Amino acid sequence: MRLHLQIWRQENSSAPGRLVKYTLDDVSGDSSFLEMLDLLNEQLVGKGEVPVVFEHDCREGICGACGVMINGQAHGPSARTATCQLHMRTFKDGDTIQIEPWRSVAFPVIRDLMVDRTSMDRIVQAGGFISVRTGSAPEANLTPVPKGDSDEAFDAAACIGCGACVAQCPNGAAQLFTSAKVGHLNILPQGQPERYQRAAGMVARMEAEGFGSCSNYRECEAVCPKGISVDWIARMNRDFLLARLKGL
Amino acid sequence: MNLQSKIPAGPLADKWTNHRDHLKLVSPANRRKFKIIVVGSGLAGGAAAASFGEMGYNVECFCFQDSPRRAHSIAAQGGINAAKNYRNDGDSIWRLFYDTIKGGDFRAREANVYRLAEVSLEIIDQAVAQGVPFAREYGGLLDNRSFGGAQVARTFYARGQTGQQLLLGAYQALAKQIAAGTVKMTPRTEMLDLVVEDNRAQGIVVRDMITGEVRSHAAHTVVLATGGYSNVYNLSTNAIGCNTTAIWRAYRRGALFANPSFGQIHPTCIPQAGEHQSKLTLMSESLRNDGRIWVPMKTDETRAAGQIPESERDYFLERKYPAFGNLVPRDVASRNAKTVVDEGRGVGPMKNGVYLDVADAIPRLGRETIEERYGNLIEMYQRITGENAYSTPMRIFPAPHYTMGGLWVDYNLMSTIDGLFVIGEANFSDHGANRLGASALMQGLADGYFIAPYTVANYLSAHLGEEVGASGDAFRRTAEEVRQRTEKLLAVNGSRSVDSFHRELGRIVWDDCGMERVAQGMQQALAKIPALRDKFHQDVRVLGSGAELNQELERAGRVADYFDLAELMCRDALHRDESCGCHFRAEHQTDEGEALRHDDQFSYVAAWEHVGDGQEPRMHKEELSFEFVQPSQRSYK
Ligand SMILES: Cc1cc2nc3c(=O)[nH]c(=O)nc-3n(C[C@H](O)[C@H](O)[C@H](O)COP(=O)(O)OP(=O)(O)OC[C@H]3O[C@@H](n4cnc5c(N)ncnc54)[C@H](O)[C@@H]3O)c2cc1C
Ligand code: FES
Repeated sequence: MRLHLQIWRQENSSAPGRLVKYTLDDVSGDSSFLEMLDLLNEQLVGKGEVPVVFEHDCREGICGACGVMINGQAHGPSARTATCQLHMRTFKDGDTIQIEPWRSVAFPVIRDLMVDRTSMDRIVQAGGFISVRTGSAPEANLTPVPKGDSDEAFDAAACIGCGACVAQCPNGAAQLFTSAKVGHLNILPQGQPERYQRAAGMVARMEAEGFGSCSNYRECEAVCPKGISVDWIARMNRDFLLARLKGL
Repeated sequence: MNLQSKIPAGPLADKWTNHRDHLKLVSPANRRKFKIIVVGSGLAGGAAAASFGEMGYNVECFCFQDSPRRAHSIAAQGGINAAKNYRNDGDSIWRLFYDTIKGGDFRAREANVYRLAEVSLEIIDQAVAQGVPFAREYGGLLDNRSFGGAQVARTFYARGQTGQQLLLGAYQALAKQIAAGTVKMTPRTEMLDLVVEDNRAQGIVVRDMITGEVRSHAAHTVVLATGGYSNVYNLSTNAIGCNTTAIWRAYRRGALFANPSFGQIHPTCIPQAGEHQSKLTLMSESLRNDGRIWVPMKTDETRAAGQIPESERDYFLERKYPAFGNLVPRDVASRNAKTVVDEGRGVGPMKNGVYLDVADAIPRLGRETIEERYGNLIEMYQRITGENAYSTPMRIFPAPHYTMGGLWVDYNLMSTIDGLFVIGEANFSDHGANRLGASALMQGLADGYFIAPYTVANYLSAHLGEEVGASGDAFRRTAEEVRQRTEKLLAVNGSRSVDSFHRELGRIVWDDCGMERVAQGMQQALAKIPALRDKFHQDVRVLGSGAELNQELERAGRVADYFDLAELMCRDALHRDESCGCHFRAEHQTDEGEALRHDDQFSYVAAWEHVGDGQEPRMHKEELSFEFVQPSQRSYK
């Protein structure tokens, strides 16, 4: 098929960016969205033009490296699908596709479609762990965990840290990401001792990083490639409030 | 060079304990005086860096992704083994050891493999304490399943995302240390060389992938945890960025490369759909627990799967291996799939796959159970192929997946360069000629959490008080060489893209040094690879400059190293005139078509030494002696 692309090109974080038009022929429906960009880049290199920079690694929807706005939607039109798993059979011959980077104050553009998401790592550093020294763990089956809790913890832990939730949110809020991280650990018995400190620390860090505040648009949930539920946000807020009451 | 494996004496079950009891220690007050560089933040590197940090060492950790959480360990699906015997089905450390060494077709060290089985118990404890949400039973205790080639249920799993969950555990432990200031994490940084002086590792030279700046870092010891090199085949299940550069550069600086041709081809991947494809996606082989593998009896079959009656289907694994059926080891499953496809009985538009069918399991277990076990895999399959596996069998075909080969290390995980440790998939240590399913995660974490912290301390204890710095001659020289290599790639300004070369190289290695190998093919490859490499260095086109973010340049550097590695792989595979595990030489097979080993000639590790450009590398042998098990011919009938 033939596609008309409009891609955000920006040389570096301080340079101004703009949308550049390309026409790409012979795109197979079986190729992934990133393979379509590979094809474009191969042609650009052939013409002596600088290829488009985009982020990716696993290309199977699990590492969270990829992610672009496709016609205004984070990761594009397919539900629960990361950009690398989006296949071109979703588009039709002659379509125009606008491709832009994640946009958020806390995600500065590095170049073209690549942004800096280290702010999310810093949120995790502010309490997104259970303190356990290597080698000091008790026998694993000593603490039974109700299957329901364990399954729920997993639902939250499935977050791939791509940042689509932030990119889609009109406020650029990171509540879905942060609450998934908090929720995964706060629901487990192992996570109880640090529960409130965790909520307090991570929320404070999130605010300090410049993410916006949550006004319940729920757009984050809609674009999350792992289908993380906004219910986690309510749970985090509860833990955060309790932490406040405890003076943490 | 005399390869000293440093395997401790004594009974197998006591070796590690005795050894650990006698390793030298560094006192808590002295630890922060030591600088440790860890390259890689996957299960091996992440676990090691977090553990070193928590012990109080001064750690610097590097990865090429934007976050340590994205290392390719994240993609592991199926599970992790441990000899907990929670199922009371007769599992034990000995049995996990025996299965692993037998699975490796008796080309690994007994002592290493035993130690791995031993520490597997602690890994599960550690992960659970970190909050890794492994699957549980209704009683709240941990669930297990049986996994490729094992007759006991010893695999722990977290839906189909075990690697992700284990890596998040290690990443979170690492995050804690980063916050505490014991670990300095430097992402988006690629190691491009190792600095060695007097055969001792002094540090590394890296390129900042955003600014292009080439920098040097010095340390008392360097730990490489840079993963596997299956991407030499271009199409593999590895992430696009997986590379050999770190270990290849170490090889060129004096570390021996062991068994480079031992690579595993995973049986259950989605077949290639066309030229444009950039990677192959793995479907966890846990699917083989409940899925049946078959192809049509006839070669010219045109009917859809559902229309082919039972009597005209060939469940070839169940037919040939009644005892193990669909659960035969990976190499056996892969080779048999290749055989039926070569016979013209392949399925799918390109006739390049075999069916993996869960239809029989749905009425037996209920759709809900199938969804719970495999839902995410079936969804992924649908996204990629557009087909629904509940109604049409999936199509699968083998793909390069894991490299057992890697830098040679002794029992302490130290390479032949003093102070250079290699852990995880990057070393060669534990899997022999074939790795059993769910044992790479185990090895990465064993190395990172439970072995390196002891053995690296032992090494450091002898270097207390030594100053390190990156200003010496060796650093200047090495950094200059890195700059020159980059300049050279940019200066070619030819007509072909890096990817086009990688595709062509991958095809050669896949055809001649892939699932089935013959002497003549490898000899041809040994002529074709250098010729293509010459073309690459004359005709590759890398635009832009080195002093900026340049993804083409990154790729070009990696592919350049893959050329050299591919040559060494073929040389290694050619010299090993026997079959063993995944190394299947068509000239050497039993009457039943199984790998036929020649223990009298090849019961050794082949460790290759770089002796200079344009010269044939020198091979050193580490003889393998089997004191505790009797090497047998594998049979899965
Ligand atoms: C799709 C898939 C499924 C798998 N499923 C299973 C399974 O179910 N069970 C199992 O046991 N095993 C499985 N494996 C194998 C297992 O996941 C890997 O062997 C293991 O995770 C490797 O861990 P590692 O820490 O050695 O390397 P990796 O996780 O690959 O980490 C490598 C690290 O090194 C860094 N790095 C690499 N090169 C450089 C460089 N030049 N400069 C700087 N940094 C660098 C990377 O950034 C990364 O941080 C699977 C593998 C794949 C590909
Ligand atoms: S590239 Fe890893 S999630 Fe898309």
